[in-house]
Amino acid sequence: MISFLAQPGGLDALQAPEIDYWAMAPLLIVLGAACVGVLVEAFLAKPQRWPVQVILTVLTFAFAGLTLGLRLTKDPKGLTTVAGALSIDRPALFLWGTLLALGFGAMLMIADRSVEPGGSFVASAAIRPGTIQDRAQAGQHGMQTEVFPLALFALAGMMTFVAANDLLTMFIALEVMSLPLYLMCGLARRRRLISQEAALKYFLLGAFASAFFLYGLALLYGYAQSVKLADIAEATGGTDRSDTLLYAGFGLLLVGLLFKASVGPFHTWTPDVYQGAPTPVTAFMGACTKVAAFGAILRVLQVAFKASSWEWEYVLWAVAIVSMAIGAILGITQTDVKRMIAYSSIAHAGFLLLGSIALNHDGLSSTLFYLLTYGFTTLAAFGVVSLVRNADGEATHLSQWAGLAKRSPLVAAVFSFLLLALAGIPLTSGFIGKFVVFRAALAEGMGPLVVVALIASAVAAFFYLRVIVLMYFSEPAADGPAVSVPGAFTTAAITLGVVVTLLLGVLPGFALDWAGAAGFVF
Amino acid sequence: MTEHVAQATGIASWAWLLIAFPALGATILLLAGKKARGWGHLLGSATVIASFAVGLATFLDAVGRSPEERVRELHLFSWIPVQALQVDFGLRLDPLSLVFVLLITGVGSLIHIYSIGYMAHDQEHRVGKANEERSRFFAYLNLFVSAMLILVLGNGFVTLYFGWEGVGLASYLLIAFYQHRPAAATAAKKAFLMNRVGDLGLAIAIFIMFNRLGTTQYTEVFSRAGEFTQPELLAIALLLLLGACGKSGQFPLQAWLPDAMEGPTPVSALIHAATMVTAGVYLIARSNPIYNLTPDGRLGVVIIGTITLLIGCIVGCAYDDFKKVLAYSTVSQIGYMILAVGLGPIGYALGIMHLLTHGFFKAGLFLGAGSVMHGMNDEGNIRKMGGLRKHMPITFVTWTLGYLALIGFPFLSGYYSKDAIIEAAFSQEGWRAWVFGGAALLGAGLTAFYMTRLFLLVFMGEERWKKLKSADGRDYHPHESPLTMTVPMIILAIGSVAVGFLLSKGNTLATWLEPALGELQEGGHGPIPHEIVGWLVLALSALGALTAYLIHGRKSVAVERPLKVAFPIRAARNDLYANAINEAIFARPGTWLTRALVFVDNKGVDGVVLGSAALLQGSSSRLRRMQTGFVRSYALSMLVGSVIVMAALILVRF
Amino acid sequence: MAWKEGIVLQPYLPLLLMFVLAAGFAVFSVTAAPYIGPRRYNRAKLDAYECGIEPSPQPVVGGGRMPVAYYLTAMLFILFDIEMVFLYPFAVKADDLGLFGLVEIVLFIVSVGFAYAYVWRRGGLDWN
Repeated sequence: MISFLAQPGGLDALQAPEIDYWAMAPLLIVLGAACVGVLVEAFLAKPQRWPVQVILTVLTFAFAGLTLGLRLTKDPKGLTTVAGALSIDRPALFLWGTLLALGFGAMLMIADRSVEPGGSFVASAAIRPGTIQDRAQAGQHGMQTEVFPLALFALAGMMTFVAANDLLTMFIALEVMSLPLYLMCGLARRRRLISQEAALKYFLLGAFASAFFLYGLALLYGYAQSVKLADIAEATGGTDRSDTLLYAGFGLLLVGLLFKASVGPFHTWTPDVYQGAPTPVTAFMGACTKVAAFGAILRVLQVAFKASSWEWEYVLWAVAIVSMAIGAILGITQTDVKRMIAYSSIAHAGFLLLGSIALNHDGLSSTLFYLLTYGFTTLAAFGVVSLVRNADGEATHLSQWAGLAKRSPLVAAVFSFLLLALAGIPLTSGFIGKFVVFRAALAEGMGPLVVVALIASAVAAFFYLRVIVLMYFSEPAADGPAVSVPGAFTTAAITLGVVVTLLLGVLPGFALDWAGAAGFVF
Repeated sequence: MTEHVAQATGIASWAWLLIAFPALGATILLLAGKKARGWGHLLGSATVIASFAVGLATFLDAVGRSPEERVRELHLFSWIPVQALQVDFGLRLDPLSLVFVLLITGVGSLIHIYSIGYMAHDQEHRVGKANEERSRFFAYLNLFVSAMLILVLGNGFVTLYFGWEGVGLASYLLIAFYQHRPAAATAAKKAFLMNRVGDLGLAIAIFIMFNRLGTTQYTEVFSRAGEFTQPELLAIALLLLLGACGKSGQFPLQAWLPDAMEGPTPVSALIHAATMVTAGVYLIARSNPIYNLTPDGRLGVVIIGTITLLIGCIVGCAYDDFKKVLAYSTVSQIGYMILAVGLGPIGYALGIMHLLTHGFFKAGLFLGAGSVMHGMNDEGNIRKMGGLRKHMPITFVTWTLGYLALIGFPFLSGYYSKDAIIEAAFSQEGWRAWVFGGAALLGAGLTAFYMTRLFLLVFMGEERWKKLKSADGRDYHPHESPLTMTVPMIILAIGSVAVGFLLSKGNTLATWLEPALGELQEGGHGPIPHEIVGWLVLALSALGALTAYLIHGRKSVAVERPLKVAFPIRAARNDLYANAINEAIFARPGTWLTRALVFVDNKGVDGVVLGSAALLQGSSSRLRRMQTGFVRSYALSMLVGSVIVMAALILVRF
Repeated sequence: MAWKEGIVLQPYLPLLLMFVLAAGFAVFSVTAAPYIGPRRYNRAKLDAYECGIEPSPQPVVGGGRMPVAYYLTAMLFILFDIEMVFLYPFAVKADDLGLFGLVEIVLFIVSVGFAYAYVWRRGGLDWN
């Protein structure tokens, strides 16, 4: 009887899976460093934690980057490993590189302790906002250095997410990436209440979306008898099974993914969370989560559902249109800088979806490139937002930005440049990104969608320009915010973003070559 | 069509400096901010003059070559060098672009110098602030010049689009320069919105080219233009025309241009008269291999040009604001140019020719207007002026020369360029000659009318301003402007007199432009012989000027705009017989037509543009309410979205 | 037909037996306890559920909420519970997986150990 229980029919030939540790090295390094970060938090005294975490983080990115670089020089096409659960192909490597670079920039901002004295993170997050203890800790300069391992865990989750070759791995990665983010949103030093509200909202809605994803996964398993993307693709190719299961599963799965990418009608969390979260975390979310989510969407659509594309294509057309329209129209009336960038990110998600639906090689490479450009621009934009402050912390209301150029021309010029990049003005990376994505979409016969996208970007350009005019032409408010002189970390992060934005606008060739190097391996 | 394109060598390989100088100037000035107070205007002018020097050297270098070698390209770098997607950033140095370079940097230099004097005090007379404002102003002007040079020098449509966006941005910033005036902010917004409509057309046209040919470089697109199907050609032609309409203030997107006069006067002269607004003409002339293949597309261009030139003239008769009249005059003159390039091979060179002469005299007229307003406490209402010829002799003389050139006074610039266009319009076949030629002819008469009216009200007659005070309570003390302002005006006036003759003598310009635009063909024999057309133009212009004199030159002009009834009654009392005829023939129908057009212009077109802006704004604030902040409503909206997506996915199969 | 169904269902018979056994044990324990157990009442015994949570409503000062420490303990319990869930299949297949499996499972336990160390050092296990 015991032996019977131990061997439910057919699974007795369990083999140890092949694991290519070298190929996974960047991912393992980030994960390992996150674990070490937890130990640092456990065993070091408070004052030592910050410097050790910073050193650890820098080393992590250095080694992860190094192993990634070595990987790029070898293996031209890529491989699957861990019994086909991970696919470390060219797009995955490109996305890993993007995530590492953006993550590094965001980590620099997270580590900064000069812009906000003591860092952007609260000393003790568990204290209830508004209580006596909470007011007491506002004066303290400590911070919850747990944010470092949390961010590394999230980053590792993202890296797994974009390389996941089956839906179950993808789901685990989704949770690994989301849970730390929920927590990080609630760690702002100032405005604790809105920060905690953001964390809770993000958590509740994220759990809701995860449920969609999981339900979709279950239905797809019912359809294809497998969670592997390649098997699903095969099943869609030629079976006479009821495809109600397929499309219901696909729809639910997609909703979960679109939520993470803050697309279309699944965007509602974005403005509130972007506004409430500490700005470095917003930068991290705005840049990295977008990359991870679209990396996964690309893989799911191109690998698993390509064969059935003509059935669902127009539904995603509609979603893209809704997303672009919501982002562009609602952006006009925003009065808060962070919310405005949030709506801009929703519009950008629509553009990105455009490239993702173009199920060809150009669609893949152009979307990858767009992700790269968008990530860096957003990162730097939030970096600038964190600099403009008054006595209460960041001054994010647009009226407080009036006449900023008079007080600090450099910051205003940098922010204007970034806004122009978001608007897609030539010689910025934003233009090239839009250009290649629209072209790929057009080649797939999505002419009307491209026209809508052009109109949406025209409308969106209006609210970007409004901010520029506000900064340059309006008289500064009497009690307006001052611009902090950023420390080395934030300066480095902003510089990184601006330089890449400019570089990819002027010489995008090499990055386009990387993005177009090869397709998915599954 | 095969094109011979050589690589630029020698002096021409330094042509990138043309763009680099002003771009550098703009960067330095923007970053320096307040620190540039003392020297910003000097640096800003120096960069443009340096650019002009480079342009002149390149031009002379090209003159020294045989016509086949004049089309050259300077490859700067590969912008998007991916297999299926080649976009090079390079300069195309051919006769067409070089002519524009000279115009932009030449007139640009003069206007920069003029601005040193003009912007020395700002509108609020805040002396301390003025220097800071001025260096910012020069930064934007530099930005504009470099963007405009990229526009005309780029060797592909994507590069052109880059410049196109750049000048739009600079224009937007400069219109809104007096930000404290709500009118300036609204005007900038309107200009921006209307331009975006045009940009959209241009962008879509570029995408169509890319989709069919996989390239947007001029050499490739033009030599392979035959690969487009006829509907594609028509679509491209009309979309490019839409782009041109937005940028050049053509019907139905013309309304932003007069409002753009809210910007400082040097801006009106440089951007909204001489250079940027002619970008549409450049675009169509540049794309001539495409337009050559689509007669229907050309017809569209001609129709738009004709409608615009009439609207411009008629509305120009109605305004009392100095700069607005000039602005509508610009709209109408660009209408002539668009008409000319729409005529195809018989008109491309004529359009460019009128563009050049117009660049001189209209810039001069605007600078003159600026000079007058400068001396009149920034007053723009011409009914409050009068008799200024005695107080501003230099301005008076230079302005008069520009004015005569514009109305086509014999042997001045406009005479050569505008007559040629009207003749070309008459040399078409059948009804087209009568409709388009007739409209152009009528336009010439109207132009003479409203310009003479302007001339008389400002410089002649009694000195109405003596009894008045300006809005801020000061007396008017008209005075001549400083040298930095008058010298550019004098140079431009000389240009207004001589350029037309120089360019048309022996078809100098047309021959020069041949490598870029093809040979200037003779038009067919229209219904009226050319000589007679010439005389008709002269006669109608004289009639227009005479009418203006009869109405405005011989009697006192009311400072307040006359009411509907009062005006004809008083006119009748003064000189019953002549004025009654005027009234019956010209004034009354004219007044009605004018009023109707002004109404349509303000309410109709503005309504559509600002209405769509308001619509967006309104729907934005309405939609915004859906962002309640409650997680439950967010979750509900997600659920609704999911249900719709699922339903669509499943239903799409049935 | 019936024979065939018998074959299909046969593997689940032991499972059914397990259910019956477990249910029987539970019913037996609950029924037997009052009769054979000693009866010494005290205050804690009379609390609801006998497990330390006061049912609401509670005094005004505490705000009617349960102590947060309770959730912490509950979460830790679930975490280590799940660790056990993973260990079980490994134990069953340990022979097949050999050294590879051993290393992986040790890595797994160590990584849970990191979390444990953090909780322990930060006072998550102190019950005050």
